[in-house]
Amino acid sequence: MILFWVVAVLSVASALTVVLHGNPVYCALALVMALFQVALMFVALDAHLLALLQVIVYAGAIVVLFLFVIMLLSLEPDVPSPGRYGMRAAAITLTVVLGVEVGAAVLLSEPGSPDPPPLDFGSTRMVAERLFTAHALPFELTSVLLLMAMVAAVVMARRHT
Amino acid sequence: MDLIISFATALVALLICLQVTVLLLWIERKGSALIQDRVGADRATLFGGLLPFNLGIVNTMMADPLKLLTKEDIVPAAADRFLHWLAPWMAVFPLFLTFAVVPFGDVLVIGGRQINLQAVELPGGILFVLAMVSLGVYGVIVGGWASNSRYAFLGGVRGSAQMISYEIPMGLALVSVALTYGTLDLQEIARAQGQLMWGVVPAWGIFYQPIAFILLFIAGIAESKRAPFDLPEAESELVAGFQTEYSGSKMSMFMMSDFIEVAIVAALTTTLFFGGWQVPFLYRDGFHFAAGFTVTAPPLVVTLLQIVSFLVKVFVLCWIQILIRWSLPRLRYDQLMAFGWKRLLPVGLANVAASAVLVLLLEGWTGA
Repeated sequence: MILFWVVAVLSVASALTVVLHGNPVYCALALVMALFQVALMFVALDAHLLALLQVIVYAGAIVVLFLFVIMLLSLEPDVPSPGRYGMRAAAITLTVVLGVEVGAAVLLSEPGSPDPPPLDFGSTRMVAERLFTAHALPFELTSVLLLMAMVAAVVMARRHT
Repeated sequence: MDLIISFATALVALLICLQVTVLLLWIERKGSALIQDRVGADRATLFGGLLPFNLGIVNTMMADPLKLLTKEDIVPAAADRFLHWLAPWMAVFPLFLTFAVVPFGDVLVIGGRQINLQAVELPGGILFVLAMVSLGVYGVIVGGWASNSRYAFLGGVRGSAQMISYEIPMGLALVSVALTYGTLDLQEIARAQGQLMWGVVPAWGIFYQPIAFILLFIAGIAESKRAPFDLPEAESELVAGFQTEYSGSKMSMFMMSDFIEVAIVAALTTTLFFGGWQVPFLYRDGFHFAAGFTVTAPPLVVTLLQIVSFLVKVFVLCWIQILIRWSLPRLRYDQLMAFGWKRLLPVGLANVAASAVLVLLLEGWTGA
């Protein structure tokens, strides 16, 4: 329980840093921190595989690419961009909508604990079994979607050169 | 008592990591001298050279870190001070954690108590190693950016692109190994290599997955940013790359992270492809040679032999990496990218597919 609160406070703090800090490099590093805290939450929920994949995929690869792009574009800290106020209004509206949704979901759901999870919950074997039997179709569809995105990226890169 | 045991195993893992690293420092200096036909580091002598013999190893191991730690720490005026300070820690810290999941011996039974000679028993050990190695990139990128210098910046950009590119063949090699053994637990993989093939050859992973070994070794050398893959540092083009603006103890931390990565690559390939702590013909109660010839050994001796076997294998693989580092010239940047994406990646994908088909066929064979 103590662990949960430490992780929760740290994750919210680093998530706020991502949004509020003026320097993009600090924002990306705070994002790594936030992703780490979420991975720790997964560990606390016995989802070890998910936690490790979160660190490998998001912290280890995706944010590195973010940093790569930030550094290549050499973004200056806090440059006011045009259309900033419109973006800000949209962001606040979306945040309020999301907050209402989450609040409604928490308040309207039935209290009480569901069935206890099975013994090997969150293990690699268990996740793999569910993924390739019950959820095989969505899994394959996702891979096709990713392949499409990859091909599209190559096509766009070709067109510009 | 359990707490003490887990503390002790963690301490041993950390000590192995640190000692291998410090020893590598000396092996690298003397080894490179040997390769280039020089004398190498011989200035450090104990008691002002009064001893008739040169304790070079001890002295170099003590003198080099002492020299680095006592040097002035210079931070460029235009640098981002906080990130400049943080980057070396980001480079070293995840790598220390990697050794926590590497098994350095079998389960030792003392007085009815089972001690697993592995600091953390993690069912997803392979994934943990991959995650920690991938986090090592941040030190390079952040160090290069925070220095606010063109050379350091270019080194950081190169480092991030290179390390992401070579993580993929590394991951594919690990996937094919996991397919072969049906587990992600490093201790179980090491244990599975204890049998013998045809009663003579130890059933080590390299005989099952030779292509995965080559892939992992090449990708591992690329991850450790050493020649022929030392483009982030490339002294003839970028002064010293991402660590140009670092001095003293901070620079020594970057240097240490390179050596730890060498040790990690050696420890990982040892565990996955060379039987980990396994000694051929040695079982829990002693040696069992062919034709029923046996030599019994107490469990403590068996465990010691296992740890020594693990360390010997690790050092041999480290030496091979140092040999490669001092023999091959640096790749050009487009060659580096083409090699990673056009050569290693297709080979890795084909190896995963072939391993999957073979595993299924063999399962059908034995199941039917």
